[in-house]
Amino acid sequence: MAKSEKPRVSRNKELIRGVGRFSRSKMYHKRGIWALKEKNGGSFPRHDKQPPQAKAVEKAPKFYPADDEPKPLINKRKPKPTKLRSSITPGTVLILLAGRFKGKRVVFLKQLESGLLLVTGPFKLNGVPIRRVNQAYVIATSTKIDISTVDASKFTDKYFEKEVVRKKKTESEFFEAEKEDKKTLPTEKKEDQKVLDAVVLQAVESVPDLNQYLSSRFSLRSGMKPHELVF
Amino acid sequence: MVKGRQGERIRLYVRGIILGYKRSKSNQYPNTSLIQIEGVNTPEEVDWYRGKRMAYIYKAKTKKNGTNYRCIWGKVTRPHGNSGVVRAKFRTNLPPKSMGGRVRVFMYPSRI
Repeated sequence: MAKSEKPRVSRNKELIRGVGRFSRSKMYHKRGIWALKEKNGGSFPRHDKQPPQAKAVEKAPKFYPADDEPKPLINKRKPKPTKLRSSITPGTVLILLAGRFKGKRVVFLKQLESGLLLVTGPFKLNGVPIRRVNQAYVIATSTKIDISTVDASKFTDKYFEKEVVRKKKTESEFFEAEKEDKKTLPTEKKEDQKVLDAVVLQAVESVPDLNQYLSSRFSLRSGMKPHELVF
Repeated sequence: MVKGRQGERIRLYVRGIILGYKRSKSNQYPNTSLIQIEGVNTPEEVDWYRGKRMAYIYKAKTKKNGTNYRCIWGKVTRPHGNSGVVRAKFRTNLPPKSMGGRVRVFMYPSRI
């Protein structure tokens, strides 16, 4: 139905399970069947069966599978986007816990559609490029920078996808493919880094000592207990 | 491993000692190990470490994957007793020679 349906309420309040307040005759009256009948000239309105619509002629299939296998049930589940921890907001300084840049302090930009966090060093300060990081491998500190002027909308998960290299399977090229040159970062990505970092660096420079903070790495020292540290 | 990178040595893990297996007086259950994490002394403090991954790293004679170092991964499951000892389950049970040995308790998966 086009109009929004309100939940159907029963006119017959239940006294105990199986027993209603009103009898069948009372309910007949309450539901107004008598009024409908009056409107329709003495009998309850009914319509005759519609003539059966001609079915489209089905052709016999060209192919029958060899075995009668049960089809798997359709899965329409869509995973929810990863919930971002409340301590992580755009402009927070994060500490990376694992991977090539472990221990580095890094600026959080935004959460991508896949749930991963978009993060940048900035590159000049600590060598961390624009990168994706998983929330679980990150400690959020309470230090926050104002990056409202930063435009990170061009960075999505697609930006980080690996380029598919189609190799032809001829013998001569097979040997040549072994001598692949190093994959250098395309200049557009380097430009993107510079453009983004220029804005972030401005925000970083406005806070005293923040460049040294971001350039240094985090490490546990003797006597430091992470469960007692306040980040 | 460090892979030839000279630079600052960063420790992003907490040191731990392998005390032994979960056990009663005369029976031991090797699927769960007991770990003493440095600086943790009460079961309330253990709460921070729940679920954190840990690695037992040891050396072997032959090279596998280009290195003599090998690793068994595991995680902190729950506190054990009243003094901050922790129960841990590893992918494969820890070998008995690891008792008294060092374990690295990492700070991930992080919940802070």
